[in-house]
Amino acid sequence: MIFQTIAFYVFSVVMLLSAFMVIAARNPVHSVLFLILAFFNAAGLFVLTGAEFLAMILVVVYVGAVAVLFLFVVMMLDIDFAELKRGALQYLPIGGLLGLVLLAELITVGAVWRLSPAASTTLSSATPKGMSNTVALGHILYTDYVYYFQIAGLVLLVAMIGAIVLTLRHRPGVRRQSISVQNARQPDEAMALADPRPGEGA
Amino acid sequence: MIFTHYFQTLGMSYPWAWALSQIASMLVFLVCLLVMVAFILLYDRKIFAAVQMRRGPNVVGIFGLLQSFADLGKYLIKEVIIPAGANKVIFLLAPLVSATLAFAAWAVIPMDQGWVFADINVGILYLFAVSSLGVYGIIMAGWASNSKYAFLSACRAAAQMVSYEVSIGFVLVTVLLFAGSLNLSDIVRAQTAPGVLAFLHWNWCTILFPMLPIFFVSAIAETNRPPFDLVEAESELVAGYFVEYSSTPFLLFYLAEFLNICLMSAMLAILFFGGWQSPLDIWPLNAVPGVIWLVIKIWFFFFLFAMVRAFVPRYRYDQLMRLGWKVFLPTTLVWVLVTAAWVVYVRHGGA
Repeated sequence: MIFQTIAFYVFSVVMLLSAFMVIAARNPVHSVLFLILAFFNAAGLFVLTGAEFLAMILVVVYVGAVAVLFLFVVMMLDIDFAELKRGALQYLPIGGLLGLVLLAELITVGAVWRLSPAASTTLSSATPKGMSNTVALGHILYTDYVYYFQIAGLVLLVAMIGAIVLTLRHRPGVRRQSISVQNARQPDEAMALADPRPGEGA
Repeated sequence: MIFTHYFQTLGMSYPWAWALSQIASMLVFLVCLLVMVAFILLYDRKIFAAVQMRRGPNVVGIFGLLQSFADLGKYLIKEVIIPAGANKVIFLLAPLVSATLAFAAWAVIPMDQGWVFADINVGILYLFAVSSLGVYGIIMAGWASNSKYAFLSACRAAAQMVSYEVSIGFVLVTVLLFAGSLNLSDIVRAQTAPGVLAFLHWNWCTILFPMLPIFFVSAIAETNRPPFDLVEAESELVAGYFVEYSSTPFLLFYLAEFLNICLMSAMLAILFFGGWQSPLDIWPLNAVPGVIWLVIKIWFFFFLFAMVRAFVPRYRYDQLMRLGWKVFLPTTLVWVLVTAAWVVYVRHGGA
């Protein structure tokens, strides 16, 4: 048990610190890297609670794909910090007010939070007996709630098609490549042998 | 586990003995891996030389066997040069990330029946996660070097690795559907069958066969090896993301690249070629320890990777992207469906 305890505190402390550094770091690239570290430690915490499938998916999806794009956008941006900081004081009161409202809401929700009495039994048996949690999740997603899962997939598909429709435009006058045409080209239609005499040129 | 007993005889309680023995066996494993990589490097250069009808390294030690160790010494004692405009912390973190991830992936590779550090339920997902993290080393190196060549290379690497991860992911899905498990040892065990001709029961001889060439090509693209080495195309980008690196940080990148190729060879062996099993289940062959079979398979697939590197010309970048997104992705997607249908309707008779 002692290893789990040590691991829990290490993961939690590193996660909280790196989450703080995401907003405290001056360089946005450092912020994204700290965000990745925070994701990593969250995955570690998932492993400790026995949700190894979720942990791996968190790493694959968020760290392996989403954060890469994030990092890229941030690296490509040429951010001028002086420009960013200029308006900061001007917006401080309204920003602070919004923050306070959010904090008050969180406190009011947190103060009346009660765990249902059934929660302790369901939490202790997160997965049914004799099943790894990958199998259990598979049963829930693909067997019990397969229609909801399909609908979620369709919604995402529509969103994806929408994004493509909104951004795709064919500009006239741009030479495009067609691989099949390129591959179908034969040597005899692409080149001609000339036999120019010296001093005349082809 | 021998270590656990040894430490317990020294009078330690079980958890501490277990922890110490894990650390000790990790060290042993790391040393074995490093020695293997040292000789794989020489093997790679010898293959490359043989294709070009040269001798390759042959001065240090007999047949040049100690060449890699001489190179190691050179990398370690040379000066580390950090460009003035570089972001120092990230510049030095990048090779560490690359090398650490390359080593971390080996934790779940079953070297033999029961010879695995972390026999986790989601081994194949872990491998996928770790290999998808490999791109961070490259991006960080490219950005922190503060060099246009390095940054362009990092852009290419990110696009390329993210693209080919998709097809690798679907290939892994077909294999795990077929084996019915995410645990790598279970995937190997699912390929056993009674009979002398054991190799005919490995995954390459089943409905999964079309996934084998796709995985092979995607593995080359994922590790940024020729013909997909646009990341370090020397005619365009000098040396790519590690153009500013020298000495030990460069050594770490180099090590990570070769560890990743060995890992891909090991994955080919485990997913399609029966992992630690002997190809024929007859006496002298099945008495050989499984770890030796796995290493033989790793060296065989490494040979194939090295041959591809030696005689296939480099792809054009748009063709690389087309191959990944327009050929491999649809093919693997359809094959996921085919495999799932086969498992449900043929193996389980439509139950």
